[in-house]
Amino acid sequence: MSSTAAFPLPAAAGPEPTTRRPRRVLPGFGLSLGYTLVYLSLMVLIPLSAVFLKTSTLGWEAFWRVVTAPRVVASYELSFGASLLAAALNTVFGLLLAWSLVRYSFPGKKLVDALIDLPFALPTAVAGIALTALYARNGWLGSVLEPLGLKVAFTPLGVLVALTFIGLPFVVRTVQPVLEDIDTELEEAAASLGAHRWQTFRHVVFPILTPALLTGFALAFARAVGEYGSVIFIAGNIPMVSEITPLMIITKLEQFDYAGATAIATVMLVFSFALLLAINGLQAWSARSRGVGAGRGKR
Amino acid sequence: MSSLALRFENNAATREQPWVKWTVLTLGLGFFALFLLLPLVTVFAEALRKGLGVYFAALTEPDALSALKLTLIAALIAVPLNLVFGVWAAWLVTKFDFRGKSFLVTLIDLPFSVSPVVAGLIYVLLFGAQGWFGPWLQEHDLKIVFAVPGIVLATVFVTFPFVARELIPLMEAQGREEEEAATVLGARGWQTFWYVTLPNVKWGLLYGVILCNARAFGEFGAVSVVSGHIRGVTNTLPLHVEILYNEYQFAAAFAVASLLALLALVTLGLKSFVEWQQAQTGRHTS
Repeated sequence: MSSTAAFPLPAAAGPEPTTRRPRRVLPGFGLSLGYTLVYLSLMVLIPLSAVFLKTSTLGWEAFWRVVTAPRVVASYELSFGASLLAAALNTVFGLLLAWSLVRYSFPGKKLVDALIDLPFALPTAVAGIALTALYARNGWLGSVLEPLGLKVAFTPLGVLVALTFIGLPFVVRTVQPVLEDIDTELEEAAASLGAHRWQTFRHVVFPILTPALLTGFALAFARAVGEYGSVIFIAGNIPMVSEITPLMIITKLEQFDYAGATAIATVMLVFSFALLLAINGLQAWSARSRGVGAGRGKR
Repeated sequence: MSSLALRFENNAATREQPWVKWTVLTLGLGFFALFLLLPLVTVFAEALRKGLGVYFAALTEPDALSALKLTLIAALIAVPLNLVFGVWAAWLVTKFDFRGKSFLVTLIDLPFSVSPVVAGLIYVLLFGAQGWFGPWLQEHDLKIVFAVPGIVLATVFVTFPFVARELIPLMEAQGREEEEAATVLGARGWQTFWYVTLPNVKWGLLYGVILCNARAFGEFGAVSVVSGHIRGVTNTLPLHVEILYNEYQFAAAFAVASLLALLALVTLGLKSFVEWQQAQTGRHTS
């Protein structure tokens, strides 16, 4: 099974160049550098800098007032709390799924393996209305759960369900290739030394998987915090209860409060930059602890 | 594929007891069915609930068709732009060594970690009525936000890294020897790329394009911010789904959604095919 790693996994930055000759044999360095930098600046860097420049016109005090307003703080708590929980759920079940896909054979395995990436390919709005229909009072799951007193649609629990949906592939697709690469000899050695299967897993396999699990967790978390489309339908969007942070930006925009929207966007951007750096560090660790160059997992 | 699993299952040292195996399988696959399979099935079940007549009527009404047209336009502009960028960027990152390379790769990945809502907001800040270029645009009677160009820009932004993201690890793994040999033998730059690099990475490139296209078709948050939701003018398919849903036209909303879900399934099918092709090529060359 070639698990070409998942869709939007951030780069495992290539191994640091160490022994290359300084002379460049291949043509096109200047042209490709120029083109890349110009397009990157025009499409990404300059537009993004607009957020910070707009925020700086607001002044520190006004900025602080916007980003610490009770309704906004409640949205952070929901967005970050539900994203953490969803990423944790995905880490546990993602490991079980990756393990099943690599270690066991069962009917329909190829189909399951292909469908794992569904949340990457399915438009978020489609996922949002499907989950809402499923968990609403007259839906297949809602009609079972609501009589039991478990209300999912239009509550924070619905937010958790949507964020779990979109985060699942990240963990499976980061753990799966690592699991495929593990040499059986390690486990054979542990078994011949008298270790139980659980001990072997706990002390031999699990430490190898840890960097990948953490990377998958961080990726799922990062995606969940910014997610909008799949959440707004099922969340119910009740102020102070089930409003996510991206929705607060939309709300401010609809009131033509551009400065307020930008202030909240700044908080989110700073957070995602920090997370991006953390993920890059994690992936470098993951690649190192597999003892291979970053590109190899692709095979 | 299954041979790998059998290698573990036929080895006493890497085999779990049956009850462990069945527990892991049940929990894993149960979670998969509950969180991935059921929502997918729901889309099609809800779409066909009121019968085929309603289904096809929802797909062929003028607003749906104009939404489809706009979605196609946005994808047809965004995907080639990011394809060209992805190829140039991958060539730069994998064929040359220079300072700040890993920082550049991080910057290319940046749009993945920006919330789609923020991605839409930046274009409102730049080109909106109160934005930097707003007054100038109004003077020249140009409209970007709440019009088609804004939707295209937002789509380009959110699909920005897809092709580069696929190509960079692949071309990194291929190394530079083949290209260097071609150049030493006198091939021009584009010949080296066309006859040496491209055949090696064509499946990865196709895969990147497929993903880029899927995201371009399905983007919701960013496009929603810049579109202004003008029916028949600035509605893409996902926005059309939202409008129908909010108007309680559930069957119609799910009919249009099922079209997008079908596209997602085609994407996943192509992805599996491409991975299979890559595995075949890898087996031949290594």
